[in-house]
Amino acid sequence: MKHLLSTADLDWDQANALLDTAEQMAAVLTRPIKKIPALVGRTIVNLFFEDSTRTRNSFELAERRLSADSISVTARGSSVSKGESMRDTMQTLEAMKVDCFVIRHASSGALEQATGWTDAHLVNAGDGWHEHPTQALLDAFTLRRHFAAVGHPGLEGKHVAIVGDLLHSRVVRSNVWLLHTLGATVSLVAPATLRPAGVETWPVQVTEDLDSVLPQVHALMMLRVQRERMSGGFFPTAREYTEFFGLTPARLRLLSPRAAICHPGPINRGVEISAEAADSAQSLILDQVAAGVPVRMSVLFHLLSGADEGLK
Amino acid sequence: MTDLLLRGVQLADGSHRDLALRGELLVDPADLGPGHRTVAADGLIGLPGLVDLHTHLRQPGGEDAETVASGTRAAARGGYTACFAMANTDPVADTAEAVSHLAELGRREGWAEVVPVGAITKGLAGQELAELGLMHRAGVNLFSDDGRCVQNAQVMRRALEYVSDFGGVLAQHSQDDDLAGPTACCHESAIGGRLGLPPWPAAAESVIVARDIELARLTGGRLHVCHVSSAESVELIRWAKARQLPVTAEVTPHHLLLGTAELEGYDTTYKVNPPLRTDEHIEALRQGLVDGVIDAVATDHAPHTPEDKDHPFDVARPGMIGLEQALAVVIETMVASGRLDWSGLVERMSTAPARIGRVADRQGRPLEPGQPANLVLIDPSRRQVVDRAASWSQARNNPYHGRDLPDPVLATFWRGRATYGWDNL
Amino acid sequence: MARYGPERVVLSADDIDRALARIAYQLIETNRGADDLVLIGVPTRGVPLARRLGGLIEEASGHPTPVGQLDITLYRDDLRRQPTRTVMPTSIPCDIDGRVVVLVDDVLYSGRTVAAALDALKDYGRPRRIQLAVLVDRGHRELPIAADVVGKELPTRSEERVQVRLSELDGTSQVSIMAPESDSQ
Repeated sequence: MKHLLSTADLDWDQANALLDTAEQMAAVLTRPIKKIPALVGRTIVNLFFEDSTRTRNSFELAERRLSADSISVTARGSSVSKGESMRDTMQTLEAMKVDCFVIRHASSGALEQATGWTDAHLVNAGDGWHEHPTQALLDAFTLRRHFAAVGHPGLEGKHVAIVGDLLHSRVVRSNVWLLHTLGATVSLVAPATLRPAGVETWPVQVTEDLDSVLPQVHALMMLRVQRERMSGGFFPTAREYTEFFGLTPARLRLLSPRAAICHPGPINRGVEISAEAADSAQSLILDQVAAGVPVRMSVLFHLLSGADEGLK
Repeated sequence: MTDLLLRGVQLADGSHRDLALRGELLVDPADLGPGHRTVAADGLIGLPGLVDLHTHLRQPGGEDAETVASGTRAAARGGYTACFAMANTDPVADTAEAVSHLAELGRREGWAEVVPVGAITKGLAGQELAELGLMHRAGVNLFSDDGRCVQNAQVMRRALEYVSDFGGVLAQHSQDDDLAGPTACCHESAIGGRLGLPPWPAAAESVIVARDIELARLTGGRLHVCHVSSAESVELIRWAKARQLPVTAEVTPHHLLLGTAELEGYDTTYKVNPPLRTDEHIEALRQGLVDGVIDAVATDHAPHTPEDKDHPFDVARPGMIGLEQALAVVIETMVASGRLDWSGLVERMSTAPARIGRVADRQGRPLEPGQPANLVLIDPSRRQVVDRAASWSQARNNPYHGRDLPDPVLATFWRGRATYGWDNL
Repeated sequence: MARYGPERVVLSADDIDRALARIAYQLIETNRGADDLVLIGVPTRGVPLARRLGGLIEEASGHPTPVGQLDITLYRDDLRRQPTRTVMPTSIPCDIDGRVVVLVDDVLYSGRTVAAALDALKDYGRPRRIQLAVLVDRGHRELPIAADVVGKELPTRSEERVQVRLSELDGTSQVSIMAPESDSQ
């Protein structure tokens, strides 16, 4: 595996290898010395064309835990008028001997394009509305642990519903491909205005009726809804959105008490998820945050190293 | 200029004839003087020089991407003898002085006739009418804000009314800015949904086409629909023509050949406005061209520098070049399949565009003695794998790069002068 | 990938049992008992070997001996040249500070695995002593590392391949040598 651009590129074995290694990385993080020399001498640049403190911090910590040398660059905007193209930015950095770029970009497909501009490994830290594969991996990691803890290990046959702004969400696309590969059933719930064109061709069930889905699911993933979507006419008011698509206290009771609640954060309490749901014992929101570092360690480790028993 | 006799040329109607060129004209072979050059043109087809209603020459203001000289050389390479140069230059061609300057530049440096297009509104801003009458007096008949769409229905109505007094034509880039905003860059489709690219629905075009057809009916002003890309637009234009409304339309070679799937790798070469659409639209465009609902093929040749294109997909500039491969694409998609014969191709790539653009007195003429010697000599059996580095255009945003296509053009003559391929004869 | 000729068995299941019994006794002897011992197997085949040794030492000394495993994948200095494999779990069964840790592996060859294991162990604590017990020492060291206890010294050529099979993982137990196909003809 040279790059991680999309979860659609992962087969069952690769996805599970990443999740298995993430477990070992998580174990490292429970030791007094939370650092391993796996990527000594490797250089990683976190190239963030769009701000995301949470994702960047998580990658930076993962890189340090693996003993890689890393720097973070926040490249403000990439507009045609500013002269320097994204290609220039990357090639300038690559001249400083970079082994891997971790890239966040506001535009879909920016990483796919970048594969033609660099020989370094690329990790997608979120591109536009397109994909956010490490988020999907950490979601799967969190759910896998949860299902193992409640005595039903594995994602095969599990039903996961993803609720909210599907159109503008990179998290949705990555989660759909990954959960499908791992054998889960996926339901997507959103109003018609927030469903991407052609969603009916995805390996998912699509509905606008959240209440009908809730009793069946093993896990519920609530997406952040951005208030600016209201002015875009995607839905009328936050109140109406909550009424139809929010995880309200009343809806929480429709959910099986063993079903997990996830949210990629940051949360709009009272809009897509009530405080009661977010803080409930079923909520895995903090586990998701905790999974970020080991999952990203696993991804970087798999891309930047090889390892086997060798010949003895 | 040496007199030239092209012996045994096949014409679009299938007949064979000797074509004699003397000075700027076609003459009776008997009238050629001694010492003329004779070329055996058996097996070659002679067509009237092609006319492109929709070319971006980028001069002034974008000379790093294309110039009048380089753009018209590309035109000559593609078999064209006239290009309508779009107004979205920097500064915008929205005054008589600007269009006269461009025409003069064309006379001095052009390898084909450069026909200036005037802007409909000042600065393409869509608010106030540009000096349409003065530009007309300077020779402009086709007006367009291309690159932008005249959003305001009242402005469009007034413009149609105003130009109707002197028979001007408004060429509209049909795009509703609310339905397809500045980031819209991929046909709204399953592919676009998966790629996560901001959607450009087909309806953003057809709602403007529908509106403008109604305005053409209201005012009697002549409407030309640029780069039709959707099946719905074709149906609306079909409806308008059935009612004899003063509406014409063009389709680009790229919309006839390329589909949304080209965007899978996010290669910005394929970013174009309106976007590449899906098979059902492509088929409707081809059928529309066969039926004459779409009158003309126009290239929307849009040169860009790598600096304009090496950006994320939603940020990179839209547009692709097309002059050099337009004829090849029409042969591949329409003639090879038998849907158009050579006469049909000539109508759509030469005669109709000359008529729509009001240059039919000198372009798109039959190849007969006494007519201007504007012609292209082709061998439709020749093929090539397109190499963008070999473009005569200064730009390299060639969407046909790497494709195996016909390479028909052997030589182009504009006003008796070989603008391309003298050495090929 | 080199192809290998037929296997030549150098240790049978019984030979392995005898070798392990000898190792267990030597460990008890050199440490004057088994009180402080912690056995740490290096995956993959060092792990069942460590478990077997744990059983043998408990039988001989009457003391239960803690057994764990230490994955060294993340500590190897030659990661870049190796294809990826799954990282195996590490479990250190008790506090190792001040105790005697015996690293257990199947084959001692270049010494790089052991060096990595020493690095890894440092991140888990500070043992009083670290010893190395291996089933087979085939020579060809690339680092100044030696085993404290060896089941069988096995002179080999570096092109040859030593294959250890253990019933826990492979169904049968034996150690064999294979020569590359070209020079076995």
